[in-house]
Amino acid sequence: MTGRDVVFALLGVVAVGAGLLVVTTRQLVHAALWLVVSFGALAGCYLVLTAEFVAWVQVLIYVGAVVVLLLFGIMLTRAPVGPSENLDSGNRWAALAVALGTAALLVTVLVMGFRGTKLNDAPQCPDAASCPAQANGSAEHLGEAVFRTWVLPFEVLSVLLLAALVGAIVLSRTDLASRKDR
Amino acid sequence: MHLAFPLVTAALLFSAGVYGVLARRNAILVLMSVELMLNAVNLNLVAFDVHLRDRLHGGQVLTLFTIVIAAAEVGLGLAIVLLVFRNRRMIDVDRLRSLAEPGRATAAEREAVK
Repeated sequence: MTGRDVVFALLGVVAVGAGLLVVTTRQLVHAALWLVVSFGALAGCYLVLTAEFVAWVQVLIYVGAVVVLLLFGIMLTRAPVGPSENLDSGNRWAALAVALGTAALLVTVLVMGFRGTKLNDAPQCPDAASCPAQANGSAEHLGEAVFRTWVLPFEVLSVLLLAALVGAIVLSRTDLASRKDR
Repeated sequence: MHLAFPLVTAALLFSAGVYGVLARRNAILVLMSVELMLNAVNLNLVAFDVHLRDRLHGGQVLTLFTIVIAAAEVGLGLAIVLLVFRNRRMIDVDRLRSLAEPGRATAAEREAVK
């Protein structure tokens, strides 16, 4: 058990605990704020796994944009600020059973399949001096990968984002529907 | 570090997301649970990318793509939720039953009628 294990285990416990609070808390706004904690801990997990660029993107997009968007949604649907009783539907116990079954199945399969497998990320070069100083997931390496190998998916994704933008604007404009009615 | 650490964390986060999607009534909380599930998948992708030492960095690049798609999904989902709220004045997913078969009223519907 190295220091890295301990740090990762702590961050994982924080992420899972905050995730559980997101799905069980009785206050809508608190759910969004626990989501920030969970995503932040996951960004820490990415850092421990040497994927630093993904970690910063996670902080920027999830914590910065997605949670703010969700808070806007909570605000615009006039959700009560205090605790509300009817956030859980009637099939809670069935949902709990399904979730526990999923957790048991996935954890059993993964632990049986990968028990004893070490994370294989030590630098793979003959002597330490000739190793590249930068980590695996630095912005430089990922930028090269995105703009050399994965250029086509990247461009397709930009078109998808544009389509989502136009769709969101069309859905949320109120004057489009009324003009058609006239 | 053992590979099992990130995998078990991801599995537990995914199950929390499954519970949230099935048990929550508010549509925005359902969206939040979907985000939790997407994040669990991202953690798996990053862990296996680092473990397999992918020279093309397929796992991490796919994680970036998933994050972008999740952002687009939340934007569109919230637009739809706001539209539903504008028309119905509520966003409880188990009371939005206009696409259901007629005849069988659920407990939630009987409660809503009362």
